[in-house]
Amino acid sequence: MSTLTPSIEHGGEHDDHAHGHGHHAEPHSLSLLWALPTFSKDHKVIGLQFLITTLLMLMVGGALALGVRWQLAFPWQRMPILGDMAFAAEGGQIAPETYTMLVTMHASVMIFLVIIPILAGAFGNFLIPLQIGADDMAFPTLNMLSYWFMWPAIACFATSFFFGGGPASGWTSYPLLSALWEAAPGSGMAQNFWLLGLTLVGVSSMMGSVNYMTTIINMRAPGMTLFRMPLTIWSMFITAILQAFALPVLTAAGFMVMADRTLGTCFFIPSGIVVNNAAPTVGGGQPLLWQHLFWFYSHPAVYIMLLPAMGMVSDMMACMCRKPIFGYKPMVYSMAAIAGLGFIVWGHHMFTSGMNPALGMTFMVSTIMIALPSAIKTFNWLGTLWGGRLQFNTVMLNSIAFVSMFVIGGLSGIFMAAVPVDIYIHDTYFIVAHFHYVLFGATLFGVFGAVQFWFPKMFGRMMNETLGKIHFVLTFIGFNCTFFPMHLLGVAGFPRRYADPYHFPYLEHLLPLNQFMTCAAILMGIAQFILLFNFFSSMFIGKKCGRNPWGANGLEWQTPSPPGHGNFDVPPVCYHGPYEYSSPLCHDKDFLPQTEYVPLEQRVAIANATPH
Amino acid sequence: MRNAAVGKFWAIFFTAVAVLAVAVCVVAPDYGWWFPGDGRAHSTLGQKIDDLFYLILVIVAVTFIGVNAALGYILWHGASLPSDKKALFSHGSHALEVIWTIVPAGILLFIALYQMDVWAQYRIKNFYPKTMEPVAEVTARQFEWRIRYPARGKKLMPTPQPDDVYTVNDLRVPTGHPVSISLRSDDVQHSFFVPELRVKQDAVPGLVIPVWWEMTDIGSFELVCAELCGWGHYKMKARVVAMSDEDFEAWKSQAAQEQFYDGVSTKDGELVSQSEQE
Repeated sequence: MSTLTPSIEHGGEHDDHAHGHGHHAEPHSLSLLWALPTFSKDHKVIGLQFLITTLLMLMVGGALALGVRWQLAFPWQRMPILGDMAFAAEGGQIAPETYTMLVTMHASVMIFLVIIPILAGAFGNFLIPLQIGADDMAFPTLNMLSYWFMWPAIACFATSFFFGGGPASGWTSYPLLSALWEAAPGSGMAQNFWLLGLTLVGVSSMMGSVNYMTTIINMRAPGMTLFRMPLTIWSMFITAILQAFALPVLTAAGFMVMADRTLGTCFFIPSGIVVNNAAPTVGGGQPLLWQHLFWFYSHPAVYIMLLPAMGMVSDMMACMCRKPIFGYKPMVYSMAAIAGLGFIVWGHHMFTSGMNPALGMTFMVSTIMIALPSAIKTFNWLGTLWGGRLQFNTVMLNSIAFVSMFVIGGLSGIFMAAVPVDIYIHDTYFIVAHFHYVLFGATLFGVFGAVQFWFPKMFGRMMNETLGKIHFVLTFIGFNCTFFPMHLLGVAGFPRRYADPYHFPYLEHLLPLNQFMTCAAILMGIAQFILLFNFFSSMFIGKKCGRNPWGANGLEWQTPSPPGHGNFDVPPVCYHGPYEYSSPLCHDKDFLPQTEYVPLEQRVAIANATPH
Repeated sequence: MRNAAVGKFWAIFFTAVAVLAVAVCVVAPDYGWWFPGDGRAHSTLGQKIDDLFYLILVIVAVTFIGVNAALGYILWHGASLPSDKKALFSHGSHALEVIWTIVPAGILLFIALYQMDVWAQYRIKNFYPKTMEPVAEVTARQFEWRIRYPARGKKLMPTPQPDDVYTVNDLRVPTGHPVSISLRSDDVQHSFFVPELRVKQDAVPGLVIPVWWEMTDIGSFELVCAELCGWGHYKMKARVVAMSDEDFEAWKSQAAQEQFYDGVSTKDGELVSQSEQE
C-alpha cells in the first residue's frame, strides 16, 4: 500500500520522526504519542494533544466539583485528601469564599478547558481532514498555535488560584462582582488572570474555527459533496461558524470589563456604588450590558458544546446499527436551525434580570422553538436505531446514553424556557440539573463513545471493551444519581452557589438527599480513573487492529491506523454518502465505504431487482 | 443467542432508568422533595405559575414516557433480530419527518403562547393590577436586605424621608391586595427570591425595579438571595411577613415609635425614667 505516499517525504521537519521508526510506510502505532511534546503541525498530533490535555483537565474540573459536592453534603467539615492538601491552613475545611471559587473554577475549567476544546480541538482536529479526505488542515501553523495558546490560558487560570483564594464571581462573571476589586476576596488580581485566561482560550478557539471552516469548504476530496459529508463534519462546520460569529463579542466584553478594572472606564459600572467601604464609583455604565454581551456568546457556546457530540453520535450510531442514518438531510437542517435559533435566544438567561419585559416574550418563543429541531434530531436517532442490527458495545451504549440523557436535558429545558415558570426555577438547582444533563449527560457520554470509537485510528489498537463497559455503567449510574435529584432540589427552591443552604429552615430536610448525591458523585469521579487507565494502557496492550475495525464507511477508515503524515496513502475519491450500511450494493459485507466504486450496470441491475 | 440476551439486558437497563426517574418524581412530594412549605404558592400569581408548571410537567411526562417506551422497544427489537438478517436499509421517511416536525411545533407554540398572560401580568405595566400599594423600598447589599417604609398614612417616596421606617431582613406586607416594592442594590447584583410566593427579581446596581405580588395567606415566608453576590451569598437570610391590614398598620406605628424613641419619655408632662417604664 505504499505505492503512493504523496506528502510523507515532504513532511515538516518537526514530524520527520513520525514515520522514521518503521522500515515501511505504515507508521509506528505510537507515532502520534511520541510527537506530543513537539510543535507539530500535523492535525492528528494536535488533535491528540488536545485530547490528552482535556482528559487531564477533566480530572481537575472533576476534583473541583467534588469539593463543591463535599461542602453541600458535609458543610464546614474537614474534607479528606483533597481538603487536607488544598486547605491545610483551614484544617481541611472549605471556607465560604473558597466555595464560591470552587463553583467558579469548576465551571470555567469544564467549559473552557474541557468541553469546548475536547470537541472542536481534539475531535475536530483529528477527524475533519480524515473524514473529508484532506492531507491536513488548511492552515497547519495556525492549527499548531491554536493548541499552544491553550497553555498560557491554563497557566493564567492556574495563577489565579494564588490571589485572594481564586476568582469567585462565577463563570458568568457578572459585574459588579467581577468589575470592582473590593467586591469579594477573589475579585482582585485573581479576576484579572481569569479574564486573561478566558481571552486566550478565545484566541485558541478562533484560530481553530477559521481553520475548520476553510478546510471543510476548500479541501474536500473529489466526490465529497456537501451532502456526502458525515454528520460529524456538518456539526464541526456549523460549530466553527457559531464560534467565528459569537466569540468576538465575548472577547470584546472581556476587554471592556478589563478596562473597567484597570483603566478606570465605566462600561458596566453605574455611579455612586459603594462596595466594602471603598470610594463611591464614578459610573455611567450599566451592568446589564455585560449580561447581554456575555450570553450573546455563551448561549451559542452551549451549542458549540453540544453540536459536535450530536454529529459524532450520529456517525457512531449508524455504524453500530449497521443502518443508514434516518433522515440525513433533516439532521443537517435541524443542526443548522439550532445554530440559527441559537443566536436569538440568549435573553432566556436574563428573564429575571430586569431587562425590558417585552423581550422576555420574544426570547421565550424563540427558546421554546429551539426544542423543535432538538426533538426532530431525537426522533431521527430513534428512527436510526429502529430495525438496525444493534451491537451493544461501549460505543453504542454511550451513544444510546447520549440520546436518553439528551431527552431529559431537552425536556427540562422547556420548563425554563417558559418565562413565568422560570421566574421560580431561575438560579435554582433545576438549572444545574438541566445543563449537566445536556453538557455531561449528552456531550460527555458522546465523547466517551467517540474516544472508544476513534481510538483505533489513533493508535492502531482497540480499547478494552470490558473496562469500557464498566466505566460506562458506573458513570451512567453515578451521573443519574447525582444529577437527577437536582431537578427535585430545584423544585424545592434550592438556590445555586450556596456555601451552606441548610441554615434556611425550608432547605434543612434536603441534607440527606445531598449526601446521597455526593456519594454518587464520588463514585462517578473514581470511575473516570478507569477511563484514563483504559485509554493509556490500551495504547500499549490493546488488541491490534487494521484500518477498519468497525466496518465503517467513512474516509478515515481507509487510511493506515494511525495515518502517517499526509494521511492517505491512496488519494481518496468519494462515491457515496457516509451511511450506506446494509445497502443492496454491499455484496457480501454490510457496509459500503465511501471510496468503493460500484459500476453503473451493477447499480441498475440491483435497482431493477428491488421491488418498489 | 447470547448476544440477544445481552442486548435485551441493555434494553431493560435503559428503560429501567426512565421508569426510575418517573417513580422518583411521583414519590418526591412525600419526601419533601417538591415545592417548599405546604407545597402551595401563597401569592395569586404564584398559583398561576404553579398551574403552568404542572401543565408543562404533564406534557413533558407524556413525551418522556412515550420516547422512552419507544427507545426500550426499539432496543429490544434490535437485540432480538435473527443473526442471519441484515439491518433494515432505509434512509428515512418524508411523511414521518413532516409529522414529527409539525406536531411538536404545534405543542411548543401552544406552550409559548399560553405563558404570555402570566408574564405580562407579572412584569408589564399595562397589565398590572389597577390598584397597587407601594409598601416599601428594598435595598440589597452585601449581605443583608435593608427595607424602608413610608410613615403611616404617607406614600413611598423615591428618596428617603425623615419619618421613614426602617427594618433589616424583615419585610412586612399587608395581605389580600396587590402590593409592590421598589428593588434596589447598594453594591453588587443580588436577587430577591421568595420561594413560597414564586417571586424572583434581580436587584441590579443603578436600577430601581418594581416588583409586585398579592399575598393570599397570613404567615412568614423565607426571603433568600438568588444571584451570586460574593462570599456571603448564602447568608442573606431574611423573611417576608404577611399581615392583615390592621396588624400591618399597627406594626408600622409601633416600629416608628421604637425607631424614633430617643430614650426619654414623658408622662403627664413629667420625665419618666427608663426603669419606671418597664
